[in-house]
Parts: sequence; C-alpha cells; structure tokens
Amino acid sequence: MNFTYTIFILLLPFFSFLILGLAGKWLSHRTAGIFGTLVLGVVTVLSYFTAFEYFTADRVDGVFQTLVPYNFVWLPFFDGGLHFDLGIMLDPITVMMLIVISTVSLMVHIYSFGYMHGERGFQRYYAYLSLFTMSMLGLVMATNIFQMYMFWELVGVCSYLLIGFYYTQAPAVAASKKAFIVTRFADLGFLIGILFYGYYTGSFSFDFTNTAVYLNGAMPGVGADFSKAIAGAGFILPTALFLMFVGGAGKSAMFPLHIWLPDAMEGPTPVSALIHAATMVVAGVFQVARMFPLWIQYAPETLHIVAWIGAFTAFYAAAVACAQSDIKRVLAFSTISQIAFMMVALGVCLPEGGYTDNHASLGYMASMYHLFTHAMFKATLFLCAGCIIHAVHSNEMEFMGGMRKYMPITHITFLIACLAISGIPPFSGFFSKDEILVAAFHYSSAMGWIMTGIAAMTAFYMFRLYYGIFWGTENVEYHEHHTPHESPAVMTIPLILLTVITVTVGWILPGSFGSFVSATGEAYHIHLDWSVAGTSIVIAVIAIALATYIYSGVRQPIAEKMKATFPALHKWAYHRFYLDEVYQFVTHRIVFGIFSRSFAWFDRHVVDGFFNFLAWGTNAASYSIRTLQSGRVQQYAFVFLLGVLVLILMLII
Amino acid sequence: MITINCFLILSALMLFIGVYGFLTRRNTLAILISIELMLNAADLNFAAFNRMLFPEGQEGYFFTLFSVAISAAETAIAIAVMINVYRNLKNNFVENLDKLKW
Repeated sequence: MNFTYTIFILLLPFFSFLILGLAGKWLSHRTAGIFGTLVLGVVTVLSYFTAFEYFTADRVDGVFQTLVPYNFVWLPFFDGGLHFDLGIMLDPITVMMLIVISTVSLMVHIYSFGYMHGERGFQRYYAYLSLFTMSMLGLVMATNIFQMYMFWELVGVCSYLLIGFYYTQAPAVAASKKAFIVTRFADLGFLIGILFYGYYTGSFSFDFTNTAVYLNGAMPGVGADFSKAIAGAGFILPTALFLMFVGGAGKSAMFPLHIWLPDAMEGPTPVSALIHAATMVVAGVFQVARMFPLWIQYAPETLHIVAWIGAFTAFYAAAVACAQSDIKRVLAFSTISQIAFMMVALGVCLPEGGYTDNHASLGYMASMYHLFTHAMFKATLFLCAGCIIHAVHSNEMEFMGGMRKYMPITHITFLIACLAISGIPPFSGFFSKDEILVAAFHYSSAMGWIMTGIAAMTAFYMFRLYYGIFWGTENVEYHEHHTPHESPAVMTIPLILLTVITVTVGWILPGSFGSFVSATGEAYHIHLDWSVAGTSIVIAVIAIALATYIYSGVRQPIAEKMKATFPALHKWAYHRFYLDEVYQFVTHRIVFGIFSRSFAWFDRHVVDGFFNFLAWGTNAASYSIRTLQSGRVQQYAFVFLLGVLVLILMLII
Repeated sequence: MITINCFLILSALMLFIGVYGFLTRRNTLAILISIELMLNAADLNFAAFNRMLFPEGQEGYFFTLFSVAISAAETAIAIAVMINVYRNLKNNFVENLDKLKW
C-alpha cells in the first residue's frame, strides 16, 4: 500500500490559498467561496479515503504500521549527523487528526458561505481558511519535530491573520497581536526544547526507535561518558520535553498562557470554531501525544506535572465560564477547560510496564478520543453561537433569551452539543469523558474526583449558557423591533451534519476508537467502568438540574440572590480573576517600566554616548588643525622643501 | 679641464635659483620660469651623467628629450591657466590664488 497521494492533502489547500490570495481580487465572492469549499471537499474526501485505506490495511504484530510515504533531507548539518527532513508520516493519531481537521474545516467553509455573506474581504477570508487548514494538516503529518515546528508557526500566523480579520476595528487588532505575542512567547520554549532534544539525541525524527536515546540511553551529545549520559537521561530529556510542553501550553491555552484565547473571539465566529475545535488549540495536545513514548519512558514525573497544570487550568476556566455573559467567551473558557481535560488525560498515564501497557496508558487513548469528540461538538456549539449572533447582532446574553421559538434547528443542535459536552449518554462526549475519568481515577482518586467535579461544573455552565440563550428572560423589546430568524440552509446543514456525528460516534463505534488509536497501537477495547460512568452521569444530571432550577425560568431570583450574596466572587470570576490585569501590570510596569527603561537609558547614554564621543573627538581635532591648509602655494612649497631638507639631513647623519 | 663636478655645480646653482624664485616671486609667470629652471637643472644632470659616466649609452639623452617635451606641454597648460586667472582677477599675483583651502 502506498500513500503517495497524501501529498495532495497538503498541496491542494496550499494552491487554493495561492489562487484565492493572489487572484481573489478578480473573483466574485460566490466563485471564491465555492472554489475554496470545493478544494476542501476534495481534501476531505482524500482524508477519508486515507483513513479507510490505513485502518483497513493489515496490522503487523497487532499494530498499525507507521508509514512514511515521503521523506527527504532538507537541511543537513554536520556530515551524517543532525538533519532537518521534510516529509509525510502516517500513524493512527495523524490519520485521526486528518479526519477531524478536514471535517471541521469543510463544515466551517460551508458555513462561512452564509455567515460571511457580503463581507468585505470575503476572498481573503477563504484564502486564510485554506492556509490555516493546510498548516494544521502539515503539523499533524510532520515526520520530525522541526517540520512540526515550522507548521506550528504557520498555524500561529494564520490565527493572527484570521483573528485580526476585521482589521479596521481596534479590539480585533489588539486581540490578534495578543494571540500572536503570547503564543510566540511560548514557542520560544518549544524551540529551546527542540534544540535541547536534537543536540542530545542526535535526531529530530519522530521515529524514536532509531534514536540512540531510545535504544540504550546513550546520548551522542555527551559522548561515552557514562555518568554524564545517566545525568542526561535523568535531567535533559524531561527538561527538553517540558520546554516543548511550554510551547504546547501556549497554543493549547494552558494556565497561565491562556489569556490570548478569550480575546481571540474578536475574529469571525466560524474562525473561532475552527481554532477551538480542530486547528489550533489541539496542537499542544497533539504535540504531547506525539512525544508520548518519550514522556512515558523518560519523564513520567514531569508528565504528572502536566496533569496537574491541566487540572488547575480546567478548574480555573470552568469557574470563569460560570460568570461570563458573552456567549462566545463562555464557549472559549469551556474550550480551555476541555483542552485541559485532554492534557490531564495524557498526564495521568502511568509508566508501569513502560510503553507497552495499554491499560496504564489508557489516558493517551482517552485524550485522543476526547479530542475527536470535542472537535465535533465544540464546532457545533460555535457554529450555533454564530447563528445566534447572526440573528441578534450581539454576543451578550442580555439580548437573547427565549430564542428557541425563533431558531428551532439551532436550538436542537445546541442542546445536543450541550448534552454531549456535559457527558450525558448516548452522546459522544460521554464516552470520551468517561475514559478520561477512568484514567484519572487510575492515577489517583483525588485526581479522579477533581476531574469529576470539573465535569459537573462543565455541565452547569453549559446549561446556564443554554438556558440563557434559549429560555430564561427574553429581551422582548429588542426582539420586537428586530425579530430573530433561523439562519439559511447553508448555515444549518453543517450544524446538522456535525450533530449527527456527535450523536452517533459514541455508540456506532462501540469501543472501537480504542482499536484504532491507543498508546501502543495494539487494539484496546473500551469497556465502560460503570462505577465511574454512573457517578459522572449522576453528578452531571444534578448539575444540569441545578442549572435548570436556577436559570430556566423567566424570573431568576436564585441567580440574582447568588450574585448579591457573593458579589466579590462573581466580580472576580467575571473579570477572569484579573489575570489580564496581572499580565498588564507585569508587562507594562515591570518589564517595560523597569527593565526596558533602564536598558533604554543604558543604550542611549552609554552605548550611543561612546560613539557620539568618538565622532565628536574626530570633529574637534579636525577643526583645530584645519588652519594649516592656508591655500598659499608658496607656503606649501616651503614646508615641502623644509621636509626634504630634514630627510636629507637624516640620511646623511 | 671640464669635469663632471662643473656640471653638477652649475645644475645645483640653477636648482636653488629656481627654488628661491619659486618661494619669493609674486608673479605666477615668474614662478613658472623658476619651475623651468629647476626642470632644466635636472635635465642638465641627465645629459652630464650620460656623457661623462656612460658614454656608450643613450638613455640619459632620451630622458632629457622626454623631459623637455613634457615641460613644454606643462608650460602651455600653465600659461593657459594664467591667462584665465588674469581675465578673472585682472592680475596674476600668487597670493590672490588661495581660494582652494579647507
């Protein structure tokens, strides 16, 4: 089986980007949209075909083979040593990501056709969408960490371009800059991690079995010195992996690098769906999953730190989401929380039995599974939010309420997605979240209960959002002079398709996600642990019931009372615990105010001063001797004569 | 008996008369004449060395001829410059020609 056609999965969106980007000016909106969508349709078909071919191919020793259809050396360093390669690698998680990215991206392409209708820069928008999709596809198909880094940065650029799509509006510009700077700052860690890793293992490749470090713990970078090699294996690799994780934390919005994500809502809503579901924030999770064999073998303690960072992020984001009034912001914080769930799942994997025990590494499968299901229902939620915003022309919940009468399709799809994210069977989120909880309990019961609690918070704030939009207090006055209406078919069809996936994927593939993707590659049969599943269902139902009790009525006395009883807590949560202000303080007062100012003083007075002194000295010396040049020829001749005489005298004597 | 010393004394006299004239004359024409004196002192040396020390060779004579030709050309240019200076300044005293400084 050769998969050489997979190169087109990368090339087609890239050409689409070039054509739409360069010739977009002369294309009509309609042509540009249809062209972009069609190209992406072909990419989706190719991805599905790849997945079909890949997963129906024979396993070798019960493991799906890792295939490398293309690989060539791009930049060689030191003869026969380190080199950057470019290529395409296919393994189960890559193929799964191909499906996720192409599906969500196609839905967003179709949806945008309605949502962005008549916007200025429509062709530019589609060009960026193509580039964004291409970058993320390249990221997951990379054969080595450096190629991944390249596409990783491309993803960052695309997010910058798309978040700042409405570049005439100041908040969008600020948000795009913030996203770019924060993720770039985190990527510095990633780059340092890569260099550490490459220097000590002598390879950038994801094929870990060929690196010296994997074979026997020897590291070419430290030579034959045994004690150094031991120290290296104990310190260097965990450090390198953790630095890479810092990059991943920036992209995946882990605390405290999450601050860019809520602001990224300034972009068009379909772009938010794309960023949150498939293309950007899952990159960090994917990166950790990609380096997973090394994590579990050499840095399990560091991996548990990742788990605790994830757990804290999940809790923080869920707490903030409970108090937001902007619907996209609630969804943004729910994304942070859910991505943190995936990080936790990866982090709680135990090194027992090394890399070969599927059961100890259950979290790996759970994380990928949740990534898959989350992409589908989060895309649904965002696209629904887009429909709602399209209908009421505002992000604020106070303009909504009672929308179920006006938008039945959006209502139903949103409800199903909410049930899925809350973990109610038989929707997809239940199955994946349950696996995460099982993995968390397997690690420690404390982690298990924490994550169960956060899952309950998820259910609560999602239903708070749901009731706030579709039930609750209707803004009758606003709706009267501006009646909301259901979106056109081009926007609702993607919603329905994504909802169908959300509803079916959990039980159509009963237990079989694990047979496609697992830590070792061997089939792992998911069997529900009813003690965990039952608890989480009960808690989720209680949380939903609580949300129903508080928020579903026209009058909401309890919500008002809660707000009145804990004004400080509500205010803190509403302002995201003032983390943006902390960043503002650190960057402006401390970094700019103290460090930058003193550096600027040094530069201006000491560095510049030295060179100004040199210039001034030359100038002053020249001024003082310039009268020697009198312009009188005879005087020159006389001096010349004297000089000659002196020379002659010197020669004679 | 005319020895080489006679020529050398004569040419040294011519050279220093030229130097003195160059440094003291105000008129550019006189300065030009002084330069010619110095040049001719050198030419005289060439010819004398060739005649007295290497009578079988010709190089000294040829060099003298070259020098005479070049000094003729130089004089032509110098006089042309002086004529233009005179037209602009209505005199040709060297102390007025000090604009080319700083």
